[in-house]
Amino acid sequence: MYTKDGESYFIVDSHVHAWDGSLTNQANRYGKGFIECFYDYHRNLSPEGWVWPLEKFEKYGEETLVRDLFDEGYVDKGIFQPTYLSDFYVNGFNTTEQNGAVAEKYPDKFIVNGAWDPRNGETGLKNLEMLAQRWNLKGVKLYTAEWKGISRGWKLTDPWAYRYLEKCEELGIVNIHVHKGPTIYPLNRDAFDVHDVDEAATMFPGLRFIVEHCGLPRLEDFCWIATQEPNVYGGLAVAMPFIHTRPRYFAQVIGELLYWLDENRLTFASDYAIWHPRWLIEKFVDFQIPEDMQAEYGALTTEIKKKILGLNAARLYDLDVPREAQVEPEPADSGEAVGSAPVVSA
Amino acid sequence: MTTGTASVTAAVWSALGRVRDPELDEPITDLGFVHELVVDEPEVRARLRLPTYFCAPNFAYLMVADAVDAIRAVPGVERADVRLEDHFAAEEINAGVAAGAGFPDSFPGEAVNELDELRRTFRRKAHTAALERACRVLLAGGSRVEELAELTLRDVPASPEKDSLLRRRRELGLPVAPESPLFVDDDGVRVPVDQLALRLRFAQAVRVSIDGNASFCRGLLRTRYGEEGTG
Repeated sequence: MYTKDGESYFIVDSHVHAWDGSLTNQANRYGKGFIECFYDYHRNLSPEGWVWPLEKFEKYGEETLVRDLFDEGYVDKGIFQPTYLSDFYVNGFNTTEQNGAVAEKYPDKFIVNGAWDPRNGETGLKNLEMLAQRWNLKGVKLYTAEWKGISRGWKLTDPWAYRYLEKCEELGIVNIHVHKGPTIYPLNRDAFDVHDVDEAATMFPGLRFIVEHCGLPRLEDFCWIATQEPNVYGGLAVAMPFIHTRPRYFAQVIGELLYWLDENRLTFASDYAIWHPRWLIEKFVDFQIPEDMQAEYGALTTEIKKKILGLNAARLYDLDVPREAQVEPEPADSGEAVGSAPVVSA
Repeated sequence: MTTGTASVTAAVWSALGRVRDPELDEPITDLGFVHELVVDEPEVRARLRLPTYFCAPNFAYLMVADAVDAIRAVPGVERADVRLEDHFAAEEINAGVAAGAGFPDSFPGEAVNELDELRRTFRRKAHTAALERACRVLLAGGSRVEELAELTLRDVPASPEKDSLLRRRRELGLPVAPESPLFVDDDGVRVPVDQLALRLRFAQAVRVSIDGNASFCRGLLRTRYGEEGTG
């Protein structure tokens, strides 16, 4: 819980990792390139004093993770989003099992999400069932750009992906986090193409599709889809840290997201350990859309901040929110966005 | 950068300045992607580098191939040795471009030919963003949103925004005559007044996205290579 100026904020960090990117776990130059790419993100967008040495960044261990999130970082609940990258790392980068092992030691602190890959066919479906049972899955994280042998990625609209989405419905895995954002790329397609989310969201209205990194760097394509699909959400990992280096750009991104979606479908995330939640949360609570941009984007209210920082994710994962951090209840359906969005000013 | 004949070196640099990152819509010279340029007539050697190891290979391929074409077109140049460095697919891209193999044949079994379509997609985005910037100039000058539907290119005051819009229209093969309608879609069809406000709002999201990406990429390049990496 974060408290400032008499207001309490329930914090759900929707995207955290317990990864191992260390030299011994790197399977090849891709594994090395991947963690170094993450590290450049970390160095480029973290404030002074928050930058780690590379060795620590590669493997920080469980104690650091728990201290950073819950003791120093104000986080009430952290959602583990696995990133297998089995072709890049000997034991995987951070798998459901690795995350789960940490989560079990700290009851009530974490939510463990799973993962699946439609290219694993029938075997993968069986594995998903076991994974769901073992970790009581309510969500999965999907990496459509993940390499597998000669394949350089897949789409949510692939026939086998639909089989897995059906299985998710059956197993009560309702939160489908889809990585659409920077870092790894299928070879030839536009890696950030979010159109497959559009179709899948229409086909599976009972599932929620949380687009991680809100499609950055294709914000507009994501917005266009999310505005038409009420079960599409935006995860703010990678968007958040711009609040420090480029606050005006951050204001534009948040402003666009609030215009095209609404305040009920955006979720805070640090992408730990790329960024530390403490400074992100402090800055976000203090943040306001610059005055000269407010005519276009409006202002951020305390209520909006509370929703983004935790209440929206709490709704997705049925978490109990302490009374002092709640806001007036609203209809669960956030309604159509574009029709209800503000009129463009002249 | 070392020099051969000063004029040829300048011509090569200026040719490279017309090679744009297809996604960021900015010259690779401005973005700091040209890390080394050696003109030793009739040969030119150039080294390109990108903000991350995993920058999209399709865009990388386009930039290397475009750089080779641009350099070869400079009078006095006979050979262009252009290579991408520090990139996961550098080897395949360099070999493919050098052999004129085309993108799919540079990655046998792994890639399909979508580059032309990809390039078109991003030219359309660049046009949309340029149109929004030009409209902002008009709105700041007192025009109302609904009026934009009736305006022609002649109505846009001379400005960098107008130049940029005209260039994007040429790239897409859209009309650039002064009497051509200003607010057109990707195919050059005038957008009706009742759709204009929404289109303009979407164009704004496109512009925010492109501007943000360019700035992020510059920052990452600086982080990766230090201040001298900014070209």
